[in-house]
Amino acid sequence: MWAAILLAAGGCYLLKLAGLSVPRRVLEHPRVERAAARVPVALLAALIATSTLADGRALVLDERAAGVAVAGAALLLRAPFLVVVAAATVTTALLRLV
Amino acid sequence: MGTRVVRDALGIGVAVGAFGLSYGAVAVAAGLSVPQTCALSLLMFTGASQFALVGVVAGGGGAVAAAMTALLLGSRNALYGLRLSSLLRVRGARRVVAAQFVIDETAAMGLARGTPGFWATGLAVFVCWNVATAAGAIGGTALSDPRSLGLDAAAPAAFLALLAPRLAGRGAAAVALTAAAAALVAVPLTPAGVPVLVAALVALAAR
Repeated sequence: MWAAILLAAGGCYLLKLAGLSVPRRVLEHPRVERAAARVPVALLAALIATSTLADGRALVLDERAAGVAVAGAALLLRAPFLVVVAAATVTTALLRLV
Repeated sequence: MGTRVVRDALGIGVAVGAFGLSYGAVAVAAGLSVPQTCALSLLMFTGASQFALVGVVAGGGGAVAAAMTALLLGSRNALYGLRLSSLLRVRGARRVVAAQFVIDETAAMGLARGTPGFWATGLAVFVCWNVATAAGAIGGTALSDPRSLGLDAAAPAAFLALLAPRLAGRGAAAVALTAAAAALVAVPLTPAGVPVLVAALVALAAR
């Protein structure tokens, strides 16, 4: 795990440095810009889906889904970050108690 | 440096600190050690990538898939760097330091408030993020059963909070739904961690 951590951290740093160092026109293609806007949205949506509904290689609907739904409601009410996360964990924990 | 810039930078630092607290707790719940959790905050220093790496590990994904996901999410920082380079005009050692500070918050503040906004926000966020990570990680190890506290729902909730402001753009909701569907289809078919990468490829391939 340490190797993955150090490699990924080094890679993330080089990406930041590349942005500051590379001539503007190299990365300033509409295609690159579009991909750069799209990839974070896709990755975050995929992470939400899998960390809510996947358990290993099975799809399950459990207390986490209710927690994430409450977090979504909190976001719609413009709750701050910590409140959103707390809403999800408290909901999930309470449902597991009953 | 204006007091308004400093005040705003500190405000962002405190908000990011709250995020760091939950990152630290979620990371140790996922099975990372406290030093590993803290090393990520010091060296990677880009929250979404760190959360993604931890999320893949928590889902039973391999180290390679975890690192790939973190790198893909970190690629947007290159574009922030590109936008900031003409503003900051840093060379040599200052560029090496400035690069580590290129993240969502500093890009936003730098572009809105100029060079002082970038440096003040970078320093405030770096300190708050790392202190909060350590506190969250150490606090997290004291918990006997993270599942009974619902901590496994903390990561998706955090991802949702990160995604929400990005859904405003044209077609973003469609990209998100496509990616989520692609990932869920891939879950039974591929090893843990890979579905997220599949989703990214599908989103790139779609027109």
